[in-house]
Amino acid sequence: MSRFRTYRTEGVVVRQMPLGEADRILTLCSPDKGKVRAVAKGVRRMKSRFGGHLELLNRASVAVSMGRNLDTINEASAINTYGGIRADLRRVSRAMYIAELVDGFSMEGNGNREMYALLLRALTWLENASNLDLLLRWFEIRLLDVTGYTPELVHCVECRAWLKPGDHLFVCESGGAICPNCRAESSGALLPLPMNTMKTLRFIQRELAFDKVEALTVPEGIRKDMERLLRTYIRHIAEREVRSAEFVSLTV
Amino acid sequence: MTTDSVRAAAPVARLADEFSKLPGIGPKTAPRLAFYLVRMPEEDALALAEAIVAVKERVVLCSVCYNIAETDLCIVCANPRRDRTRICVVEDALDVIALERTNIYRGLYHVLHGVISPQNGIGPEDLHIRPLLDRLQADDIEEIILAINPNLEGDATSMYIQQLISPFGVRITSLARGLPVGGDLEYADDITLGRAIEGRQEL
Ligand SMILES: [Zn+2]
Ligand SMILES: [Zn+2]
Repeated sequence: MSRFRTYRTEGVVVRQMPLGEADRILTLCSPDKGKVRAVAKGVRRMKSRFGGHLELLNRASVAVSMGRNLDTINEASAINTYGGIRADLRRVSRAMYIAELVDGFSMEGNGNREMYALLLRALTWLENASNLDLLLRWFEIRLLDVTGYTPELVHCVECRAWLKPGDHLFVCESGGAICPNCRAESSGALLPLPMNTMKTLRFIQRELAFDKVEALTVPEGIRKDMERLLRTYIRHIAEREVRSAEFVSLTV
Repeated sequence: MTTDSVRAAAPVARLADEFSKLPGIGPKTAPRLAFYLVRMPEEDALALAEAIVAVKERVVLCSVCYNIAETDLCIVCANPRRDRTRICVVEDALDVIALERTNIYRGLYHVLHGVISPQNGIGPEDLHIRPLLDRLQADDIEEIILAINPNLEGDATSMYIQQLISPFGVRITSLARGLPVGGDLEYADDITLGRAIEGRQEL
C-alpha cells in the first residue's frame, strides 16, 4: 500500500463540525463512496484555498487523500452552491433537515446513487418550491424508498390482504399499515392513518418528481398526520430524533 | 506519545497530553512545548501556571453583552465613551478582539457564543439571543450590526436574529461581504463572488 492513496469523487456537504483552530471535519454524501468524512484543513481561514467551495450544502468535486484515522481533502471545487436556498431562512432550515436525514441514512464505503440523485433533485426543488413542507414529505417518502424502507400502504403489512378503503393504523416496527384483523395481534406502537392521509401518502409515493405533488392542495389535518407519521417512522429507523426538525418549526 | 524519551518521563508526557488538547497543537508540537517547559526557569513556569488558574477563576462573562470580563461588566460596556446606540452581534469573544483591533468601531457588542447548528445540537435557545432582545427593549438602540461569520450556519443565525428584531424597528446592517484581501478572482467560489458583485460600491 502506497503512503499517499488519493481518490477523486463528488459529493454534497451534509454536515460540518469545527475542528481545532481553523479546520473542519466535513461529511459528504457521494454517489460512489457513500458517506465520506474528511478534514478540510484551514477552511475557516479568510484566505483558505478552499474559499467557499466546501460550504455546507454545496455540491463539490473533491480530491481526497486517505489517512489512518481521517481522510483529508486536498482540492475542492463547487459544482452547485444552491444560491436559491441560501438567502431564505425557511429554505435553509429545510435544507439542513434534508442534509441531516441524508447523513443519517448514508453509509461509509457504500454509495447509494439513487439517494444521491434524490438529494440533488430535492435541493434543486428547494431553491424554488413554494410548498416547502410538502417538499419535505415528498423527500422523506422518496428517501425511505431508495433506502429500502418503503412504507407499505396498499396491503396489510402482516397478512398481505388488500387494505379496504377506511381508516387504518400504521405500525412502525413492521413499516406499514395493518388491516383490522391483524390489529389485535400487533404488539407495536400504532399510529393513526386516516383514509385521506393514506390516499395522499400513496399519491406522493408514486411521484418520482415533485411537481405534481406541489400542485396538490393538502388540508392542514392531513399535512400534520403525514408529518407525525413520517417523523415517527424515521425516528424508529434511525433510532434517534431528527434534530433539525425543531429549527424547521421555528422558521415558518 | 510517540518517542521513548516522552514515554519515560510521566509528568512530561502528561503535560504534553494536556497541550495536545489545545487548538492548533499537534502531536509534534505538544511534546516540544512540554520539553520547553522542563528547561524554562521555575518562576516563568509558575507565572504561566498562575495565569492559567487566574483565567479560570477570575474571568466571567459580561452581564450585559456576554463578552469575557473580569468584573460584572466587560471593558467595552464599562467604557463611558462608547456609543451606546449601536450593538455589533458576534459569534464569540475572539471576534470582539478582532473588531477592536481595527480601532474603527466605537459601539457596543453582543456575543452569542456560537451559531445555530441543529445537526450539532445547537438551537437558537442555546445562544444568548434572548438577552439581545431584552437589551433592545430596555435601551435606546438605533442600529444592530450583524457581524456573524459568513457561512451557511452563520447566515442562518443572522437571518433568524433579523426575523426576531425586525419588529423593534431598529436599523439592521451586516458586514460587507466579498473577496478577502489578497484573494484572486479566478479562485473565488460562486457564493463569494456573487456577494462581492451584489455588494459593489460607488467609486
Ligand atoms: Zn392483516
Ligand atoms: Zn459587555
